[in-house]
Amino acid sequence: MRPAESELAIQARGLGKRFGHVTAVSDLDLDVPKACIYGFLGPNGSGKSTTIRMLCGLLLPSTGRAQVLGMPVPEEAARLKPRIGYMTQRFSLYDDLTVAENVDFIARIYGMPRRQARQRSAELIERYHLAAQRAQLAGTLSGGQKQRLALACAVLHEPELLLLDEPTSAVDPRNRRDFWSSLFDLVQGGTTILVSTHYMDEAERCHRLAILDRGVKVADGTTPDLKRNMPYHVVTVAAGEPRSVKARLELEDAIASVTQLGLSLRVLVEPWETDPIALVTRLTDDPAASVAAAETSLEDVFVAATPGERQRAA
Amino acid sequence: MNRLATAPLRSASRFAAVMMKELRQLRRDRLTFGMVIGVPLLQLLLFGYAINLDVRNLPTAVADQSNSYYSRQLVRQLGQSQITRISHRATTPQELLTLIRDGSVAVGILIPADYERRLLDQRRGAVQVLLDGSDPTVVAAVGQLATMPLARTSAAVAAEPLFAVQPLYNPEQRTAVNIVPGLLGVILTLTMILFTAVAIVRERERGNLELLINTPVSTLELMIGKVVPYIGIGLIQVLVILVFGQWLFAVPIRGAVLDLYLAAMVFIAANLALGLLISTLARSQFQAMQMTFFIMLPSILLSGFMFPFSAMPAPAQWIGNALPNTHFVNIARGIMLREAGLADLAGEMLALAAITVVAITLAALRFSRRLD
Repeated sequence: MRPAESELAIQARGLGKRFGHVTAVSDLDLDVPKACIYGFLGPNGSGKSTTIRMLCGLLLPSTGRAQVLGMPVPEEAARLKPRIGYMTQRFSLYDDLTVAENVDFIARIYGMPRRQARQRSAELIERYHLAAQRAQLAGTLSGGQKQRLALACAVLHEPELLLLDEPTSAVDPRNRRDFWSSLFDLVQGGTTILVSTHYMDEAERCHRLAILDRGVKVADGTTPDLKRNMPYHVVTVAAGEPRSVKARLELEDAIASVTQLGLSLRVLVEPWETDPIALVTRLTDDPAASVAAAETSLEDVFVAATPGERQRAA
Repeated sequence: MNRLATAPLRSASRFAAVMMKELRQLRRDRLTFGMVIGVPLLQLLLFGYAINLDVRNLPTAVADQSNSYYSRQLVRQLGQSQITRISHRATTPQELLTLIRDGSVAVGILIPADYERRLLDQRRGAVQVLLDGSDPTVVAAVGQLATMPLARTSAAVAAEPLFAVQPLYNPEQRTAVNIVPGLLGVILTLTMILFTAVAIVRERERGNLELLINTPVSTLELMIGKVVPYIGIGLIQVLVILVFGQWLFAVPIRGAVLDLYLAAMVFIAANLALGLLISTLARSQFQAMQMTFFIMLPSILLSGFMFPFSAMPAPAQWIGNALPNTHFVNIARGIMLREAGLADLAGEMLALAAITVVAITLAALRFSRRLD
């Protein structure tokens, strides 16, 4: 069921962007409901950053139109800026300012009076565990600290919509978990978050998800819906020589994709195959191997939605 | 909340924030900080010794009080001499002095009423030449007039020199006296343009700009906030050059110091505006530096700092007039050496203001709040 229009933080129709002869994004439709975490999942170069930049008015769309918080972009981009928080893919605060100076600068840039700015900076530095680094130059922070600082600066003016462009690409797993828990806190408070990622575990945490591949949206919906609607059968194979089994499986038309995970293989079988287990068992041709049906994972959805070169050529 | 009432306040807050940030960064940037004092000192020492060149077509004012056959013949020959070009007519010595002081002419020639009688009197000079002696190359060139066979065909051959040359303002003919005021302009051009030229490019290169243009900070708040701290730095440099110029080279400041500082402020603003314009054109700090030197070279060669401006061909003068340094060199020399006031130099001040406005407008128009 699609949410009502007034409940949408972002709505885009036919959004596209060309750079010369290269099409970065084409014909993108988006409906991002308010107060949820919406994920863009896709490999590098799939158009995630370009889309986010179009939505905040940094890039001019070549085709289509978008409404952000009820305002058309890029026309109203200037009036939208105070309502949006944007965290760039690359650390974009000042390396040669301290943590406190950076936060204070951003507060004043958003027009906060000096006293309020100081109070809010102190609060955020505390909340994002940067108190010990207050007087440290931002350039000398660790990846996780930089990311917390960037988030603190992006939410400082309490934006209604937060755009995060691959926020965790330079962060270890533990910091990523903490980061996501702060995102959930923000959503609790009514903020809408659009986040791009190429990590499955992160995508799994989003309320809704759009999978992008080479500038095209290939699937979208809630994570359970996406899994339920994935048409392929999922079969796992644990075999002694996974590589040779993989080679045999890939020759078969009914096998859509084979992914090796350590000693086991994850196999997607075409939906028209009536007995996928029997087919895979026969093709594996190894009595020692164990073949079983498996639950659909988000990675299966992703693999199914973004066909590799082999299928593309076929 | 009343947005309208608080809008100017917010704008002031954003402007102050940008300025404060720039100062903090500057304080931590040792190299740039060193340039503030180091560059003027080094250049002052380097350029303290300078260059002499042949001069032609010096703008000259003639006060012909004799108005006789011989005097008119002399004026005609002066015009043909190629050293002087008669651009102004005057009637009194005072007018000649005024024309020299406001920079209209470099040479003033007074032909006294008793010129014909003096021609015959071998013990006295017949004609007085007043010149802006602060420029030794000019003095040297005019000195040649005295040795030329001018007017000898006209009357009795004078055994004594025909002209009594009287260099005003720099009687000892020291080059430093002329170079140091010009150096003021050259050093400010170099440091001010370079500082600002890299200012916005650096933010673009480091990715700061992508964040900044997503905040409510306006183009003008950003640009002016980044530039204002450098006005203070420029004024510090002026102080360094003046103090050391006087101490090392005994360069006088005959006019009002306040006038000089006022002119320097307008000049600094013009350079900062040019720097910002470069900053919006260049894609990398390296390109910004190249463009800075593209402005720097003509600022040294075509501004009158090294070679007399009036001796240059017209196209070179057009280019020179578009450069802030040309006007400031004139102003600085006028105030420091010829005791001129800002009123005498209003035209040059106006030119500086015009360059500032044009450059900052172009820069604001060029500055894109988008990435494509």
